[in-house]
Amino acid sequence: MKRKFPLFLVFIFGILGIIPFLIPHPVVQNTDDFLRNNLLRILAAFALVLGLGSLLKVHMDKIKRKRQNWQYSWILIISFIISSIIGLFGGVAGTGPLPTSIGSFPFDIQTLYENIIVPLGSTMFALLAFFMASASYRAFRARSFEATLLLAASFIVMLGIIPFGDRISHHLPSLAQWIMNVPNVAGQRGILFGVALGTIATALKIILGIERAWLGGGE
Amino acid sequence: MIAIFLTALFGLAPPSNTTAYDTPNDGGGSITVEWQLSPDDAILEGYEIYRSEDGIDFKKVGFIGKNRRVYKDETEDGKKYFYKVAAVIDTARAYSEATGGVVSSAQWIDLNKINIFIALLIFGSIILYFIYHARRGKEFYLREIAGLKAVDDAVGRATEMGKPILYCLGLGYVEDIATIASLNILGEVAKKCAQYDTKLICPNADPIVYTVAREIVKESYTKVGRPDAFDPDSVYFLTRSQFAYAAGVDGIMMRERPATNFFVGWFYAESLILAETGAATGAIQIAGTDALAQLPFFVTACDYTLIGEELYAASAYISKEPLLLGAIKGEDWGKLIIGTVLLIASVIGLLTKLPVLSIFK
Repeated sequence: MKRKFPLFLVFIFGILGIIPFLIPHPVVQNTDDFLRNNLLRILAAFALVLGLGSLLKVHMDKIKRKRQNWQYSWILIISFIISSIIGLFGGVAGTGPLPTSIGSFPFDIQTLYENIIVPLGSTMFALLAFFMASASYRAFRARSFEATLLLAASFIVMLGIIPFGDRISHHLPSLAQWIMNVPNVAGQRGILFGVALGTIATALKIILGIERAWLGGGE
Repeated sequence: MIAIFLTALFGLAPPSNTTAYDTPNDGGGSITVEWQLSPDDAILEGYEIYRSEDGIDFKKVGFIGKNRRVYKDETEDGKKYFYKVAAVIDTARAYSEATGGVVSSAQWIDLNKINIFIALLIFGSIILYFIYHARRGKEFYLREIAGLKAVDDAVGRATEMGKPILYCLGLGYVEDIATIASLNILGEVAKKCAQYDTKLICPNADPIVYTVAREIVKESYTKVGRPDAFDPDSVYFLTRSQFAYAAGVDGIMMRERPATNFFVGWFYAESLILAETGAATGAIQIAGTDALAQLPFFVTACDYTLIGEELYAASAYISKEPLLLGAIKGEDWGKLIIGTVLLIASVIGLLTKLPVLSIFK
């Protein structure tokens, strides 16, 4: 029963997921909308509580056992509590019962998000440029035939899309464009083709209960 | 200018053969109006569409530019509507005949998608045929996938070094097929971790994925007879924020120094941040995704990359379960058949005027 019930649910909801694709009737479409947008959101809300509980438990345990860098866990817990209080009682833009500004200094959840989370995210994103440089260096070392081919293709594409490439040869920009439009797109379409069919096969295996690894395996 | 003057003088020709019908293959609430262009179409501003509920009192419901002959009107199902179309130039109007009464209704089947449904049935039947043969004991050959062959070595290496294994499911939601495939692989990796007594770290970006992942790992430990070895804190929720997740996982990699990193699932721009940090720590890295834009990053920075469908085949490959292998074989045959049909249809479509390509619409 412990395994059969989830398999039964997956079968039912799997079929319910396919039907709205073929039946445009509002009865079916509205049911699908309810399942996806209402029921799933309710489930997500419960899962979020579980998730945050897990996060707090991991960090509390880290502090309790004084594991490596346990001091940082205090920052997480204190930030979590403060932002939860501000968010829950101060409202998203400071419209709640809790005052969320001292004089002209606002600290409502929207302000905190825009001034702390967004810049921190941007900082991480900016690191990508450096990671790209180091990854390119490794990828473009001509150690094998494939790597040499990659190096040559990238060299042509890089030269082809800058004005200097046109100065070297008028054919270079069109060659770069051809590499991007023909071999590149052909490869991508090949992968997409496999992905589409693989998706159908995986969905079928899961709906029919053949693929059960998501249950942790077993009969 | 002269044409407009002459038209104003001698009269504007109206659109003809106006017809209205319930829009096919929709969920109701729509009537399609069609007409033949006015002979004066070239000098028109466009066409006005008029609607009436009694066939007498018409009100304007829409306008469409010249050289267009179809208009889709939003309606209330079950009510009868009559339509007229007027050719418009400046203040002049030339009205067509009114159509008969039309009622819109919702359809139960979208006939435009029947071809997809048939293809799905054929493909599904092929898979079920091979699964049936697998169930009867037939063995199937599966080509080697380097990334999956390396899973055993990767877990073994972590065990020998006494270091943990990091498993990232990416930023996908639980309904994403890449996440589902990744959860399947996680189950098999967790079994190996349980067998070798290797620590598994699995930080998650989505609370639902976290809940499912935790249950999968727990079940895997139970399945190999090591329920006591399961650490409930090994699978945990990190954050939903993309770059906070990247920062969190980078921190784990730098502190815990895992011997093996798995990046399997749906990833965005954080893929290279994760993979490059992992490469810097000297870990063996196995990535798998069907996010085309991230594949080059993983191929560059990881030791093995599961590309697209290889990700979906992974669970069957690792578990070697005959039923799953049968499904993979069916998938391959399905691809061969669809590929052949595409090729033949393309050649016929290019060499003849037969409308073969329309079956793919």
